[in-house]
Formats: sequence, structure tokens, C-alpha cells
Amino acid sequence: MNNLNNLWQSYRAVISFALMGLVLLFVGLNQSWALVIGIINMSLISAIMALGVNIQWGYAGLFNVGIMGFAALGGVSVVLISQQPVTEALDAGGIKMLLALALGAATIAAGVLLNRRGVNKWVISLIVVIGYLFTRFYFSEASKLIEKVDPAITGYLGGFGLPVALSWVVGGLAAAGAAWWIGKITLSLRSDYLAIATLGISEIIIYVIKNEDWFVRGLKNVYGLQRPVPYEVDMQKSEWLQNIVAWIHRSELQLLSQSDQIDKLGDYIREASVVFVKLSYSGLFLVILVAFIVLSNLALNSPWGRKVRAIRDNEVAASAMGKNITRQHLQIFVIGSAIVGVAGALLVTYDGIFIPTAYQPLRFTFLIWVMVIVGGSGNNLGSVLGAFIMWFIWIQSGPIGLWVVEMLGNYIQEGNTSLEFIEDRVHYLRLIFMGSIMLLIMRFSPGGILPEKNKEL
Amino acid sequence: MTSDSIDIINAFALLTNFVILPALSYGSQLALGALAVTLVYSVLRFSNFAQGDSMAFGTMIVILLTGFMIGRGWTISGIPTALLVIPIAIVFTSMYLLTMDRLIYRHYRKIKAKSITIVMSSIGVMFVTGGIVRFVLGATAQKFEDGERFIFSVREFKAYTGLEQGIAFKTSQFLTITIAFLLVAFVFYFLQKTKTGKAMRAYSDNKELALLSGIDPDKMVQITWLLVAALTTIAGALYGLDKGFAPQQYHLLLLPIFASVIVGGIGSPVGAIAGAFLVAFSEILLTYAYKKFLIYLLPLSMHPSSLVQLIGTEYKYAISFVILVIVLLIKPTGLFKGKVIVDE
Repeated sequence: MNNLNNLWQSYRAVISFALMGLVLLFVGLNQSWALVIGIINMSLISAIMALGVNIQWGYAGLFNVGIMGFAALGGVSVVLISQQPVTEALDAGGIKMLLALALGAATIAAGVLLNRRGVNKWVISLIVVIGYLFTRFYFSEASKLIEKVDPAITGYLGGFGLPVALSWVVGGLAAAGAAWWIGKITLSLRSDYLAIATLGISEIIIYVIKNEDWFVRGLKNVYGLQRPVPYEVDMQKSEWLQNIVAWIHRSELQLLSQSDQIDKLGDYIREASVVFVKLSYSGLFLVILVAFIVLSNLALNSPWGRKVRAIRDNEVAASAMGKNITRQHLQIFVIGSAIVGVAGALLVTYDGIFIPTAYQPLRFTFLIWVMVIVGGSGNNLGSVLGAFIMWFIWIQSGPIGLWVVEMLGNYIQEGNTSLEFIEDRVHYLRLIFMGSIMLLIMRFSPGGILPEKNKEL
Repeated sequence: MTSDSIDIINAFALLTNFVILPALSYGSQLALGALAVTLVYSVLRFSNFAQGDSMAFGTMIVILLTGFMIGRGWTISGIPTALLVIPIAIVFTSMYLLTMDRLIYRHYRKIKAKSITIVMSSIGVMFVTGGIVRFVLGATAQKFEDGERFIFSVREFKAYTGLEQGIAFKTSQFLTITIAFLLVAFVFYFLQKTKTGKAMRAYSDNKELALLSGIDPDKMVQITWLLVAALTTIAGALYGLDKGFAPQQYHLLLLPIFASVIVGGIGSPVGAIAGAFLVAFSEILLTYAYKKFLIYLLPLSMHPSSLVQLIGTEYKYAISFVILVIVLLIKPTGLFKGKVIVDE
């Protein structure tokens, strides 16, 4: 028993990942491989997001409650970069919109500059208010013009029509920009101000996305986003995939008659094409995740990383050594948010459609936090493990909930109102369930499954 | 409009009906919530992210009890049944909050955890509470107001004054403003004059010193949660009577509440109330469409054709956020010097 415990202590990470792999293998054998690879892909994206949050929390103790907003910024940039521009809408209101936005920017710039020059506060306020009123006027004119252009299909400006891969970088930059702004305001103040401000900005980002139809179509969603990997239909036509599938199933196919053989092979090829496309995504996400982990570990072992760890382990001492803690925190906050933004962009790319209503705090902010805490706050590998475990639980909690209701149904007689009631509301139990997991881990095992190694002194 | 004359009285009546009364009652609701956040902050030293959802929890109890009472026919005509059940609902809410404190927050107090860890656990509580409320009542909006709807309605007001523009005074608005005023007065009396209240302030100012003077910390914490439960339940019930109950709405109230607390100065009760009214008035003044108001005031040739709305209603939460940002940029201690602006 003692031996077993020692084994666990020294190979925690290996054992945990192996167990997770076994669970996924089990699902694959019993259900379908496409499902498992789907789960793995989502876990990988979540792992990137969790990594970003873990860098903020583990390296600097920053509590970001606005993960949803940063992820949404990534999603928006996918639409803005990769969609084809809608020329009619651009002709109708593009220039006007550009003018309105420029006017808004000029107003803000004027306000900031005049404030630095020490001009009377009332004069500045007057200028800003007048500037705002004009901006708002042109802005609403322009947005009306743009939204009128074929609202059922476009009704927005479209994007730049650039390769989708660029949007991942832009998504990271957009999130970094927002994080810089928020961090600049709140990081020198109490630590919970950052939490409050990030919560606020993330809700507002979602409101803007939902309401500004000219921007990314609002609640009408954006369909058919560009894909970085081939389409299933094209794959089914490609000869090499057909040959591989035929070779894998050759013994089974030989037993069938000619026509059955073709039917069966067609089924297998269809399945294989789905798996292949998902696997290409997996490869992509895995490369990006590994790159981020390697980079962050390299950074942590550089002189910069020594400073980060010094501040993490003893803020007061580091401050006494002349390290600028606020600046350091700002850097880390921006880097972490940028990674979340990239993950948000990858997620929308993977989904192939942009749905603003999908951004729910439970799914995007809270679930990611639970991943970080379950995996082990401060430990990058822990975040990856946490992402796999929690995504698996998240995905399976729906079916499990329904299964529980069905089991209850066997005991309670048919047509019972309380059963219908539970069936109707069972998905809200997710909130309670996730909240409880987080509270329990924080209370009884604050280090998580893979606790961060002892602080180096 | 029939005349092109300038009509100041009607303009003022319009503003009273659509801006002043709604903002006063909304401000009162926010003030109670903000007071609860400030109390938790002063005594327990963390920003309670579960406040909005706790308000939803209190309102849920009120709704359930109201349904029960109406089902039994135990109502008093003219008075909203919700009002009668508030005291019982407060008991349930305080039991819930005390249980959460016992199960979760007490541990972190004992190990002297960083305040950010407690904030994090309060987010866990927020989700659990929100889940309970949505599981019991569902996520759709509902109304639970019964009894007399108006103190006086638009028609009565018009008949009485002969003005073209009517003012309606809803019962819920009247109750909100009165009850909030009484409750705030009680809380201040309690904190300033009673022995327990003084002990609480002493404890919030300096824990070590308070311990040396023989103040029982557990008792202070319990009393805080009792006060918070009362404020939370009443704020939630009044908001629900006024605008209807929807869990998501309550969850999002967190933003204006935090904005109020920080504008006023975190940890300062007077500040919380002032902040609440500031936030409520800015929200309603900025999202109100001034078209009709200007038509009353301006000569015919200058009548506006657009709505003259400064910010769309869909962005009302952005206003709280902008206020928050401005305060943090200009005066992070808030209007009424709050407790601490950097970590202890």
C-alpha cells in the first residue's frame, strides 16, 4: 500500500494522463472514434485557454473573471479576418462607419491629450460630449445603412478575406489589447478590482457582439467560416484515403458480395473522412498547445522568469529589490489573456460558425477556472490534465443527468409531474455541480491533482 | 402635440414619471444590495460575488411563499402578499447564508487565506446559488406582484391635476422607496448607536484590537450575515416586485452593485447608498429617450425627429462599468473615502 502511494507520488502526472487516456479509449471502443477525437479536440482548445488562465493565476495570482470576453474577442477576429468583405455594404455605409469610428477615436484622443495639457475639466467634458453626440449620430446612420444590405444573408461589413490562420494571431492581439487596458486601470489597486473589472468588460464585450449587427451580424450568427483543414466531402473523393480504408478493412470486405462491398466501403470512407478531418484539427491544436507550454517553460527559466518567480514567491522581498510588481503583473496579465484570445479564435475556427449566444459565463469563464483548479493551480501540465478531465465530465454530465432522471422514472410512476419538472430543469444542476467541484477542490485539495512543485528558494 | 408653446410643467411631469420615480426606486434597490456588499467587505474582508445570486435566492423564497399564501387564500387585499412573507423569507435566506459561511468562508478565515481566494470561493457560491434558483424556479422571467398596482394611476393623476402628461406612482415604487429608507435608517442606527453595532465597527476597523477588547468574532460574523440576509432578501423582493423576477437579471445586478460600492468608497455604508443613486440616475438618464421631453420644451421648429437617446437601453450595464472605470482612474478611494485601495 505504501509502495503504491510512493508510486503515485512520484509518477502523478504520468498515471493521471494514462488513466485519462484509458477512459477516452474506453469511450472510443464503446461509442465512436469520431466522438472521442471530438472530445480530445475540445479538451485541447480548453487546455490552451486554461494555460492562459494558469499563467495569470499561477505566475502572478491574478484573478481573471472575464475569460469569456477574451475568448469572444478571439472569435470575433476569426469573422473579421477570414470572412469575405461584403462589397455592397462597404459601398453603402463603409466610409461613413469609418468616419464615425475615426471621429470617436479622435474625441477620446482629444480628451486624453487636453487632460494631459491641464485644460479646464469642464471644457474637456464639453468637447467629449459634443464629440460623442456627433459620433453617435454618424454611427447609427452608418449602421442602419449597413444592416439594410441583404439582412438575411449579410447585413454586415464582412471581414478582410485573409487566411484564417492570421485570425488566431489577431485574436491573441485583440485580447491582449483589452487586457492591457483593463490591467493598466486596475492592477495597481486592490486585487479584487481586477476581478470586478474583468467581469464587467467580458459582459460588455458580449453585449456589443450581440447588439451590433453591422459588426459581426449580432444574433443572426455567422455561418460557413473558412477552414484550415480540408472538407469531408473532398476527402471522400481522394484516392489515397479510399485505398487506406480499403486496406484496413480488406479481410472483412473480402467476405462480402460485390455490391455489399461498395456500400460497406462507402460507409467506412465516410466515417474515415470525419475522423481524418478531426484528427487534422487535433494535430493543429496539439502543436499550438505544445508550443505555448514549451515557450512558457522557457520563459520561466529565463532571467525574466526568475523575476516572475521571485515576485510570485515573495512579493514584498521582490519589491524591496526594486522590481516593479505592477508592471510585471501587467505583462503576465496581457500574455495570459492573449493566449485565451488565441484559444477563443481556434474554438470558433473549429466550430465553423460564430454564435454569440454560445458565450455563457458558466461554459467559458467558470469551466476554465475549474479546469485550472482541478488540474493544479500554477502547474501548466496540471491545467492540461484539468482541461481533459473537466471537459470530459462537462460533456458527459448531460447524458448522465438524463440517465439519472430515467432511473428515477423507473421508480416513480408514469406521468408524474415532479419527474417532468426534473427533466425540464436537470441542466441547471450543472451550475450546482460545477460550483461544488470547485469549492470542494479549493477546500480539501487546494493544490489540485498535479500540485505545483515546491517554491524554489 | 397640439400647441407649439413651451410647457415646462408637463415636461417636468414627464421626467418625473419616466426618470425620477424609476431611478429613485431602482437606486433604493441597488442601495440595499450595495450596503450588503459593503458590510461583507468591511467585516469579512472580501468582495462578495454571490450578492446578485443571493438576492435571487431570497426572491425565490419570497415567490414560493407568496404562491403558498395565495393558494391558501391568506392574503390581505391591497397589499402585495410578497410583503407579508418577507420576514419568513429573511429567516430562510439567513439560514442559507450562515450555512454557506459555516461550510465555506469560515475555513478561509481560519487559515487567514488571501482575500482573492475568498473572492474565488464566493464565485463558486455564486454558481451554486444561481443553480439552485434556476433549478427550482426555471430561468424564465415571472411576475409575483398582486394587490393594488398603483398608489395613483396616470388617469387619476390627469383627472386630478388637469395636466396633459400623467404621472403614475406604482405601489412597488412607493414600497421600495419607503422600505429602503426605513431599512437604511435602521442599519445606520444599529451601526452607530447599539452596542453590537459599535462592536461590529470596531471589529471591522481593527480585528486584533477588537479581539483584545473581548469582542466575539464569530458573533460579529453571524450578525453581519443576518443583516446581509435581511438587506439581500428585501432588495431582491423589491426589485422583483418592481421589474419582475429573472435569474439572469439578478446575476447581472452584480455590475451596478459593485459600481455603486466602489464609486461610494468600498467599505463605506454612506458611500454605498450615494453610489447606488448615482449609478441608478446615470443609467436611467443616459438611456432615456428625450424626444417627448424636448417637444414639450422646444418651439415647434426645433422639435427633434430622432429619439434623442444618448445610449441604447441594451448597454445599460456598460454605464455602470464606465462609471467604475472613471472612478478607478480618477479617485480609486471613491467619493466617500473607502477602506483600502491596495491589498493588506
